[in-house]
Amino acid sequence: MWEQIRANRRRSIALILVMALVLALLGAMIGGAFSPEHVWVGTAVAIAIWAILWLVAAAAGREIVLASVGAREITHDDIPRLFNVVEEMTIAAALPKMPKVYLIDNDAPNAFACGTPENSAVAVTTGLLTRLNRDELQGVIAHEIGHIKNNDTKFMTLAGVLLGAVVLIADGFLRGMLFAGRGRRRGSAGGQGAAIFLLLAIIMAILAPVFAQLLYFACSRRREYLADACGALFTRYPEGLASALEKIEASASRMRDVNRVVAPMYIVNPLQGASASSLFSTHPPTADRVRVLRSMAGGAGLAQYEAAFRKVHRTGIMGAADLRQVPEAPIRQPGGDSGVEPLEQAREAVDVLHRLGGYIFLACPCGLKMKIPPAYGGKEIVCPRCGRGHRVPSGVD
Amino acid sequence: MPGLIVLGIVIAVVVIAVLWVVATYNGLVRLRAQANNAWAQIDVQLKRRHDLIPNLVETAKGYMKHERETLENVVKARNMAAGAQGPGAAARAETGLSNALGQFFVVVERYPDLKANQNFLALQEELTATENRIGFARQAYNDAVTRYNVRIRSVPANLIAGAFNFAPMELFELGVEAEREAPKVSF
Repeated sequence: MWEQIRANRRRSIALILVMALVLALLGAMIGGAFSPEHVWVGTAVAIAIWAILWLVAAAAGREIVLASVGAREITHDDIPRLFNVVEEMTIAAALPKMPKVYLIDNDAPNAFACGTPENSAVAVTTGLLTRLNRDELQGVIAHEIGHIKNNDTKFMTLAGVLLGAVVLIADGFLRGMLFAGRGRRRGSAGGQGAAIFLLLAIIMAILAPVFAQLLYFACSRRREYLADACGALFTRYPEGLASALEKIEASASRMRDVNRVVAPMYIVNPLQGASASSLFSTHPPTADRVRVLRSMAGGAGLAQYEAAFRKVHRTGIMGAADLRQVPEAPIRQPGGDSGVEPLEQAREAVDVLHRLGGYIFLACPCGLKMKIPPAYGGKEIVCPRCGRGHRVPSGVD
Repeated sequence: MPGLIVLGIVIAVVVIAVLWVVATYNGLVRLRAQANNAWAQIDVQLKRRHDLIPNLVETAKGYMKHERETLENVVKARNMAAGAQGPGAAARAETGLSNALGQFFVVVERYPDLKANQNFLALQEELTATENRIGFARQAYNDAVTRYNVRIRSVPANLIAGAFNFAPMELFELGVEAEREAPKVSF
């Protein structure tokens, strides 16, 4: 398989360089505003702030993100269907290592991925498992594995940290100016040179964060499209992802307890309005993504996605280098329906969460399956249906 | 002086040519390694399938007293597949195995007791999941091989491919009968 979509990588490197340049310039102007000889000091301070933020992000990383959404790791025996789908898509994408699989207790269907190809994780909500059929689930997992394959998490963290540094420095400088301006008139430390730098610094401090954000969001939207292209390619079935996106969109905004930092990582951004297509969106409008996927004709490969994208947007998204050696990828037939009732799937997902939470499962001879909180271990309970008494086994079995 | 300039140009051209050869060669090696890795993945999944079949037959034996021939065909096809070498031979043997298994599952329909056996159900599920994985591994392998084969035939990389013996690789195509089956659903 290709290392990652090349147009993707080239643009990402350009993005990182431009943002680093913006950061360095901002630092230089602010340094110059204090005194023209301090231009380099300003740059050095800006880069130091960026390095500190980067170290924090690198150290915190995956585990913190997963813990902050309350994701729990699951194994094959917990939900074989989900696990099998992840394994299939790992094979289809030729990832060097299968991602760890996590489950989030949330009724709204959604999913995200994080990590590098060598050490990654995929997290899905219980709502996703209960609402999607197997083809749709496969499409979502393929999209997430596309993100991992394309190294999106790494680039977006790097870009996000740069953006954070620019915003932090610009904000700090402007606040400082207000404070200093109210307190006393600035001494004429550097004369006219400093005054010019001061003006430039103020302009930079106002414009740089906006500019950096625009770049960052444009890159993020582009990567969502490319992950969709990978989703279609790996499953050979664009309709699965398209119909999953519609289902997710229908209830994503109802997702509760969404963490602001994690929101842009989901397959559909739960904090973004349905019709949003502004320059400040992390995701393209879902309806638009669905339209591109449904316009794919004659195959599920990158070339067909590019053609469909051109049909919808009148402009392409991949470079010529990406399309030179793409194999044919005929669209496959939809898999049969799972045959499992949605209610059954919901029960399955919730059971897993209970088991992971240390709940005790007890079957009453009347046929009722009771799930008892761990606090009742070793106590006597009565079956709510038939009235038989039971002693709850203590501790985790 | 002009001599030096000419010499410089010649050296520059040689350096660029050497760099191009190295880069192209490395690119071909990488593509070939990707195809080989993908093949290893197919191999893993095929082995998994071969390992499941003795258990399946053993479980079925107790219930299917009068179907000795069907069971023997499955075992024979399985042993052929396990011994096959290379994508072409493996594809033929695997198609034979798929057909034998297809007949076996048709016969199973006549034995409700067997169909209800927990052990048998678990094996059947595992077999379907493995067949799904074989399908996707085959897809990844064929993609990698196509990429590699296109690359070694295209100008100018074909010069390097010819000079260093990069032979085209074989696709892994299962027979028509197995092909027609859509990937099955499994849990």
